[in-house]
Amino acid sequence: MENRIEKALSKKKKLISIYFTAGFPKLEDTKSIILALEKSSVDMIEIGLPYSDPLADGPVIQQSSTQALKNGMSTRKLFTQLKNIRETVEIPLIIMGYFNAMLQFGVEEFCIEAEEIGIDGIIMPDLPIDIFQKNYQAIFENHNLKFIPLITPETSSERIQTIDELDSGFIYMVSTSKTTGSETGFNRDTLDYFERIGKMKLQNDLMVGFGIKDNSTFNKASKHTKGCIIGSAFIKHLSAEGIDSIGDFIQKLK
Amino acid sequence: MKKYSVDEFGFYGDFGGAFVPELLYSNLEELKENYKQIIQTEKFQSQFQKLLKDYVGRPTPLYFAENLSEKYQTKIYLKREDLCHTGAHKINNTIGQILLAKALNKTRIIAETGAGQHGVATATVCALMGLQCIVYMGEVDIERQAPNVARMKMLGAEVRPAKSGSRTLKDATNEAIRDWINHPKHTHYIIGSVVGPHPYPDLVTTLQSVISKEVKTQLRSKEGRETPDYVIACVGGGSNAAGLFSEFLENEKVSIIGVEASGKGVNSEASAATTILGREGIIHGSKTLLMQNKDGQITEPYSISAGLDYPGIGPLHAHLYKTGRAKFISITDDEAMQAGLELSKMEGIIPAIETAHAFAIFKYMNFKKDDILVFNCSGRGDKDLETYRTYFNY
Repeated sequence: MENRIEKALSKKKKLISIYFTAGFPKLEDTKSIILALEKSSVDMIEIGLPYSDPLADGPVIQQSSTQALKNGMSTRKLFTQLKNIRETVEIPLIIMGYFNAMLQFGVEEFCIEAEEIGIDGIIMPDLPIDIFQKNYQAIFENHNLKFIPLITPETSSERIQTIDELDSGFIYMVSTSKTTGSETGFNRDTLDYFERIGKMKLQNDLMVGFGIKDNSTFNKASKHTKGCIIGSAFIKHLSAEGIDSIGDFIQKLK
Repeated sequence: MKKYSVDEFGFYGDFGGAFVPELLYSNLEELKENYKQIIQTEKFQSQFQKLLKDYVGRPTPLYFAENLSEKYQTKIYLKREDLCHTGAHKINNTIGQILLAKALNKTRIIAETGAGQHGVATATVCALMGLQCIVYMGEVDIERQAPNVARMKMLGAEVRPAKSGSRTLKDATNEAIRDWINHPKHTHYIIGSVVGPHPYPDLVTTLQSVISKEVKTQLRSKEGRETPDYVIACVGGGSNAAGLFSEFLENEKVSIIGVEASGKGVNSEASAATTILGREGIIHGSKTLLMQNKDGQITEPYSISAGLDYPGIGPLHAHLYKTGRAKFISITDDEAMQAGLELSKMEGIIPAIETAHAFAIFKYMNFKKDDILVFNCSGRGDKDLETYRTYFNY
């Protein structure tokens, strides 16, 4: 079967991928949020598995993680909540988390459960690509899971070429060298970086994340790439408005 | 082939590595590519040695503790790191790293601190070198370690509260790492222990190895031999222990003992005995033993000594533990406080409470009369007077 991420990437449009922290604002919101996002024509969803010490994340995602853990979210709980999700949801679902949670669950067990649910890819910001290739690539492939790597403005062209050799669906292009949610706009350097990487003719598509919060940043970031990932801005919206007006948030991005 | 050194991939056996977001890759790569070469240069070495001698006060004495030796019927030496400038071994590392930062043309220094000792040691070298200094400290620790906060401020550092998570050392470390992500070009992160992603554990061990190098020379003149039978040190993250152990790791005739804090007891749920309570996992970018729940969420440790309540141990120590090269003993708050009192009364040395843990191992060991023991007397007790005072009702 064709991987749903590849199918989504073949659409002739700029894609919107939304990140949310599972178990936030309420423990049992996971399924409702996914359904509302698909209904709002989001192209992909990143389900954040909350972690106690999320190094790549700024205060917004971190606080949502702390709250989600307090609410009782865990790896097992998330898998249980997602059990029959494929009866209703067709867009790609990606799990984003930190490697220790996967390691403690068991990497293979984690991949088996993810495949059964119908998860399409995994983002583990703190699992370095060399260790992934050496120890875990075969397991991911056996379970039809894409491993989505990150690049940043500091990543050398040579390293980007190496990273691009993986068949990863897309490369998560971090807009600036900052933790999530900390950017207030894009400067000239950032726009140059989007263009420079966009012109590298990589085999994998590029999706830009970190610092995308509205229509303006979305358009700038997706000009030379396949689309954008929105996380902190969406979490902020959930905190302020709850889960009932998700459609409004997505409409404003387009 | 050295069995206990870091390998080319940054691992000590199964432990170590750099499990960090791509956002940190270039920072660490710059450090990894340069630290060994810079440390070996004559310029670095001459500055480092000069500062260790004239500013830190090295070599620190290797003191034969006659009264304690008599009581426990064995030969006890204390490596007096408590006599270093700022009161502990921490400054050996910060002196080395500030010189490294200068060689790498960094203009801004960040650090994490728990009890404030490493923060003070970092603020001190930044004052000395005229570099901007930002120290992350858990909000909870800021409240309970006011004197060290004041010291850092006097030294010109900015103390930023870590308000996330449990608001203690592990969160201060997270905040420092995030700061480094947000300021990749001109900032150097001076980590305070042999923890964190490669190359930090090896870098800090290398800089602290001055402790065991001096022990060898000093022991030769006092005992006519370079190697003790035992080296003993407390382990939080494990920098004073790594410094004392490093020259003796490959000589299996030297027994190595790491002393952990078991707080109110290993089964009390208020403990920091990582080798007993921890499992293999990842903390602060390093694969090591750490205290965590079944989902891999990092749990908050406890010890009466703020310097030992870290939920992990350095990857070198995890390797020493797993291979059986080192023996780990855990000591409760009460045992440590009594040992601190005993060292004060018998030798006239008031140790830091971290250090006091090491001196509480006698009832768990059978030393022979002619065994030579070297303890790392890693820090002085000034900072802990309030805790001692409350505990003993003075």
